[in-house]
Amino acid sequence: MALLDIEGLSVRFQTSSGLFAAVEDVDIRVDRGEVWSIVGESGSGKSVSMLATMGLLPWTAQVTADRMEFDGRDLQQLSARERRRIVGGEMSMIFQEPMTSLNPCFTVGTQIDEMIKQHKGGNRKERHERALDLLAQVGIPDPARRIKAYPHQLSGGMSQRVMIAMAISCDPRLLIADEPTTALDVTIQAQILELLLKLQEETGMALILITHDMGVVAETARNVIVQYAGRQVEKQAVKSLFASPRHPYTEALLSALPERASGQDRLPTIPGVVPGQHDRPTGCLFNPRCQYVTEHCREVAPVASPGDPARTLCHYPLGSPGDATTPDDVSPGDLPPAPSDSDASQSEVRP
Amino acid sequence: MVREAALTAASRPRVTSQTSNMLRFLLVKLAQLVPTFIGVTIVAFAFIRLLPGDPILLMAGERGISAARYAELQAQFGFDRPLVVQYWDFLKGLLQGDLGDSLVTHSPVTGEFFSRFPATLELSLFALAFAVIIGLPAGVLAATRRGKLLDHTVVGVSLTGYSMPIFWWGLLLIMFFSGTLGWTPVSGRISFMYFIDSVTGFMTIDTLLAGNWDAFLSALHHLVLPSIVLGTIPLAVIARQTRSSMLEVLGEDYVRTARAKGLSNFRVIMVHTLRNALISVVTVIGLQVGLLLAGAILTETIFSWPGIGKWMIDAISRRDYPSVQGGLVLIAFIVMIVNLLVDVAYGVINPRIRH
Repeated sequence: MALLDIEGLSVRFQTSSGLFAAVEDVDIRVDRGEVWSIVGESGSGKSVSMLATMGLLPWTAQVTADRMEFDGRDLQQLSARERRRIVGGEMSMIFQEPMTSLNPCFTVGTQIDEMIKQHKGGNRKERHERALDLLAQVGIPDPARRIKAYPHQLSGGMSQRVMIAMAISCDPRLLIADEPTTALDVTIQAQILELLLKLQEETGMALILITHDMGVVAETARNVIVQYAGRQVEKQAVKSLFASPRHPYTEALLSALPERASGQDRLPTIPGVVPGQHDRPTGCLFNPRCQYVTEHCREVAPVASPGDPARTLCHYPLGSPGDATTPDDVSPGDLPPAPSDSDASQSEVRP
Repeated sequence: MVREAALTAASRPRVTSQTSNMLRFLLVKLAQLVPTFIGVTIVAFAFIRLLPGDPILLMAGERGISAARYAELQAQFGFDRPLVVQYWDFLKGLLQGDLGDSLVTHSPVTGEFFSRFPATLELSLFALAFAVIIGLPAGVLAATRRGKLLDHTVVGVSLTGYSMPIFWWGLLLIMFFSGTLGWTPVSGRISFMYFIDSVTGFMTIDTLLAGNWDAFLSALHHLVLPSIVLGTIPLAVIARQTRSSMLEVLGEDYVRTARAKGLSNFRVIMVHTLRNALISVVTVIGLQVGLLLAGAILTETIFSWPGIGKWMIDAISRRDYPSVQGGLVLIAFIVMIVNLLVDVAYGVINPRIRH
């Protein structure tokens, strides 16, 4: 049984001009201790799908899913009170803007303490000790002093460390990190990612890292979901994804990496932007920006082939399905095999 | 080891520097009051003299007065001297706590003012309590039920309350609750049946000090309508400010964090959201105090409330120069002190100001 098992997740927002589908038909299956990454441009619905899982979307959002389970419990059937016990306790989340994510009116200690009190209880002294331990664990120097600090006295990196300390304070089994480094300096970014991975290894919790940075994906995740315009377009283990992307969008993202563009004057980009509510094309959502586009793509929306382990949402996937490895093929703890020597366990080729 | 010692040493003076920060904050605020106060004295002094009408002619009444007697009285009150000299005398007296004597009663203005001020303060405090106790929860509820019926009701009712002329609203309430229903007294601070010695000047406190429970209830009874009338506009302002401030804070990232912690909705709203929303609401509540003292003039006239409002109206109609300028300066001074206290409260609520 997977820790987080989501199938057919859709999120629609009620707007003045009708319903807007921000996320459509997304499947996420995360096992204990796995590290996943969800990657895509702004507007691809990565944050929205995770906020929906946490139940943090505003009331204008309509969330539907064929299945939405955490540790075997159906999140859609739980009462608000039961769900609050999971959210924060067993499944916690950190956000993109650490500077605004902490309440400016309360000290760091109070905010950590509140979380522990809510889910773990214990007396004031125990909770204080725990908070000090947590601050030390996330690498904050002089925790005894910092615990009395207000958020405005902390830098962005420090704030994100505090957010992480808070998020792991109740020993969650799943941590969702929503672009945790986007607002930070490059040097701090690396430190925070390192910290997240270290904590993941130490505690054995599962980690879902939302990012738009393929570089971050390469450094951190084992498995990747690529989202585009609210759709999941591809899902692969990280090594095979980098070696042989199946979706033209993934390929375009990868070729925009500076490391892969050596010898060229200009960094390749993907022309255009993610379609919004009013300019969604017919057929494949990526067709206006795809270099392989055909008439068929403009008319018919693609569906993933059941034989494709990467579940590529494309009429003409790149490479062969045998090149793709899915997380399910990889035993936890092993590195995903390189594409050249991948054991193509699901080598069923599409007709 | 050396580094640790350095850290502890560094953290100690930090505490004192925080206290001195607060002290410096207070001193700066106090220093800023000085020019404001001087401006107020000029305005108060000039305002009553700019009004047409002459106190001596008004005193003489319809029988008129001879030119010689007029000049004599002018000299007696010092009105024959240049305005600058008169102003300088006023300022000198003010610094010594002497605001002169009333032209009408010939008793010191400060005494007249402070014998009536508790009545106004009592009314204003009850009005403010009414406004906060109803307005704050109404604003919070409206914000949490945004776009629903309750929200529209709160917004609509507070707009009506804000736009209503106080005297008209007061008369309506008197007609309905005192006249038609006979539930509340029409005027005054307490029933004529009770004679209460003035200790604090607050009728509710004095009746309790006298141990007269019935008189206390009578005093409360007399406070109901005037407090509602005086508190209506502050209520509307507080409700609207609370609502918009709550809505703004509800969209903040840290409220989402609070929800992500699995806290109850009540705790998210009442602790994480309200605490931050209060920062701007407290400022608005402080500003209402000035409006209450000013608004009390109308309310006191309608309800024959023996406070400074009614006293000021009488003084203005008699062109009682010392009473009007002295009263204005004292009211302005009290408002300034209240605003200073609001600034301090603001620092207590908002840690970003304190540090």
